Amino acid sequence: MINLTINGKHHQFDGDPDMPVLWLLRDELNLKGTKFGCGAGLCGACTVLVNGEPTRACVTSASDAANASITTIEGLSRDGSHPLQVAWEELDVPQCGYCQAGQLMSASALLAKNPDPSDEDIDTAMDGNLCRCGTYIRIRAAIHKAAQLGKSKPGSLATVPAGKDGY
Amino acid sequence: MQIHRRSFLRASALAGGGFLIGLYPKSSALAQNPRAGDASLLPSDFVRIAPDGIVTITARNPETGQLSRNMLPMMIADELDVDWKDVRIMQADLDDKYGIQFTGGSTATPNNWDPMRQIGGAARQMLVAAASQTWSVPESECTTASGRVIHKVSGRSLCYGELSSKAATMPVPALKSVKLKDPKDYRIIGTTTRGVDTKDIVTGTPIFSIDVTVPGMLYAVYQKCPVYGGKPISANLDAIKALKGVRHAFMVQSLLVPGKFINFLNDDPGLEPGVAIVAESWWAAKSAREKLEVKWDVGNWGKQDSEDIARRADEISKRPAARTLRKDGDVDAVFQSGDVKVVETAYVFPFIAHAPLEPQNCTAHYRDGKLEVWSSTQTPQNGRQIVSRVLGIPEGNITLHLVRGGGGFGRRLYNDYICEAAWISKTVGAPVKVLWTREDDFAHDYYRAGGFQHLKAALDKNGKLVAWRDHFIGYGEGETFTHTGHLDPNEFPSRFVPNFLMQASVMPLGLKTGALRAPRSNVYAWVFQSFIDELAHAASKDPVQFRLELLSAGPPAGTQGVMNAERMMGVLKLVAEKSGWGKRSLPKCTAMGVAFYFSHRGYFAEVAEVTVWPDKKIKVNKVWVAGDIGSQVINPGAAENLTQGAVVDGMSELLQEITLKNGGVVQANYDEHPLLSMSQTPSIEVHYLRSNNPPTGLGEPALPPILPALCNAVFAGTGERIRTLPITKQGFSFA
Repeated sequence: MINLTINGKHHQFDGDPDMPVLWLLRDELNLKGTKFGCGAGLCGACTVLVNGEPTRACVTSASDAANASITTIEGLSRDGSHPLQVAWEELDVPQCGYCQAGQLMSASALLAKNPDPSDEDIDTAMDGNLCRCGTYIRIRAAIHKAAQLGKSKPGSLATVPAGKDGY
Repeated sequence: MQIHRRSFLRASALAGGGFLIGLYPKSSALAQNPRAGDASLLPSDFVRIAPDGIVTITARNPETGQLSRNMLPMMIADELDVDWKDVRIMQADLDDKYGIQFTGGSTATPNNWDPMRQIGGAARQMLVAAASQTWSVPESECTTASGRVIHKVSGRSLCYGELSSKAATMPVPALKSVKLKDPKDYRIIGTTTRGVDTKDIVTGTPIFSIDVTVPGMLYAVYQKCPVYGGKPISANLDAIKALKGVRHAFMVQSLLVPGKFINFLNDDPGLEPGVAIVAESWWAAKSAREKLEVKWDVGNWGKQDSEDIARRADEISKRPAARTLRKDGDVDAVFQSGDVKVVETAYVFPFIAHAPLEPQNCTAHYRDGKLEVWSSTQTPQNGRQIVSRVLGIPEGNITLHLVRGGGGFGRRLYNDYICEAAWISKTVGAPVKVLWTREDDFAHDYYRAGGFQHLKAALDKNGKLVAWRDHFIGYGEGETFTHTGHLDPNEFPSRFVPNFLMQASVMPLGLKTGALRAPRSNVYAWVFQSFIDELAHAASKDPVQFRLELLSAGPPAGTQGVMNAERMMGVLKLVAEKSGWGKRSLPKCTAMGVAFYFSHRGYFAEVAEVTVWPDKKIKVNKVWVAGDIGSQVINPGAAENLTQGAVVDGMSELLQEITLKNGGVVQANYDEHPLLSMSQTPSIEVHYLRSNNPPTGLGEPALPPILPALCNAVFAGTGERIRTLPITKQGFSFA
């Protein structure tokens, strides 16, 4: 039996311990926001936070994530109120949109540690998240915008809202 | 049915709750109106107006990230004269009443520009007629604004919601007779609107094809032969069926005829042979597949190898070409005349893959002779036709839900994954989701065709291009090129050079090829605009000036589909101006390159500024884009996003190749077929020249010029000409 905390809520999993967290989230818990892109940790579409660190869910087994706290796109905020989601919407970042959940999760880990990143900081943090449509210019701009929004709303850049029930 | 929740709820609210009043024509004559293509589109199929004034507009095209879900309804909404904030957008499923439902070829704008505006205008006309009857005033005294009909003389007005029931009883005007707005009165067209799905995307709402779930659904993987045309002879099916979670394992033979060329979408056999594993979860199916042992009959192509193909192309290049595609004047006479400067070289480009980020997938449910499908496809009508043939059921028994796709780029023009899901669901008698791995996707694409272009040109003593010869060595059989692997005799600079010879030879190929964003143009632009750059340098002329002189030498106007030189000169001059071409002093190791290209009715010229370090690492500092796609850029914010994406996409293509070994594709994932990363992405400045021409598409034409512009900049900075792709073959990479 594997114990995990996902978006603040406790879960127990007694299936295949080798099953990657990606499939645990998508097919066992019906959290479809985390996406399958490459299955090899190469594209970043499946990025989630494991104990606050951006992690490729497609190559992280359920057993490796035992007792960890996982945050997915659904945990960033359901209503789109996290500054990154607000900025992404305002700048209308997506084209096909498939990579964006992973982009947002990597960006959220960056801003949680570095609330005012430079272009270089952003490039370093985001370089493993591929966008097949090439929306990088808008992603970078949206991270800067979210950093601004975060300044005016203390605490809003936290990746798991304190005291909020998980999903 | 998670994925379809939104559309379903809307649809059921309409059907069941009845609080939306459709703008439906009531007359039986209209109801029986035969539907033949766009001529019979009805406003009621696209526009529904609720009593509260909320307008629901149907987007008929499949959405794969090309942003037409907003654009088509914008055309309707502007002519309908409503505020965008009152518009809701509903995705259409496949239904003949919507006319053509297709995503590809940058056709959404040109194909929809008239009919969508006419539908909006017709609905508006019916609302005006309803108001005029209500008030007993002439229609000519009624105007509209922001979802209201206004009678200025009496100071009365009614909102569309109040008029919609009555409007539905008004005669439907012939679409072609509808009076359309003067462009100066547009309030939505030409103004940025935000993507209708953006909020769902940023909150992780399940809106993609891969997110579809159906009650009782099983999951499948499908193993095909690594060699095209191969088929399974035997497999350890009993061992696989004994694995945990596995419900079914079976071999599939197919309609595929090995070695037969696939030249048209409708000839796509759809279902290739393979082995299906169906399990309770996708992970169980995929894990079982690791233990699958298949004995394959690899067919005719088991020894195919990229190195052999290259050797063979080299031998062919030394022989006379097999056939002539175009001949103007006499190139040989010019080459032999002695008083010209001759430049001769060859350009080589590889196969590359589409690799949209969402792997191919489809959910299908076959029962009682009927099939329901949820998937992303750029060609739903073709998909339905192929599936009908594969399953042997009438097209009318197939329901196809159009679900958002995580990228298309031409891959989802082909419906092989839909055929697989349909077949497997029929075989196991349950709803099934087929999901490919990324490795499946790289191994079984419809690849952009590679090729070899042997070029020879002559400049006269004034540096004018007087002869051009091209021997294109591609793939095919006899006079037939492999699908989308052909060469258009109208390629520039044909018509602009008095002596022009375009010839071709083909080699057999055991690999599916297909349309990749800006088919052919995505690499022929690189070939021809790189070679033209060589000629500019050979003529000791400025590369922009040389191109302008060349464009001036041809016929100014062309028929549709053929380049108009004046429009191209317009964007070339604009990009030169915006980039400060020839006017800026550049730092050490830094240089600029230019290129233009006409494709999909769009005119684009691009300039790249690069810094190339001694270790051959290229830093692309900035790219300028100038485009002419007609009088209107319908959704400017989305257009800029797509254009910048096209530049990034084109840069990625400079790094990619698909090669063959033992008949199979070598590259298996993104580490071997890379995409550009954020840190490699330059600043990209986009300008549109609004010319007096009907609006056309831009998903594709913005892409081709970046490849040659960038390589031409590398030449300007280093003196080394990139003539083989990917650029890594010559030791270059992106910093």
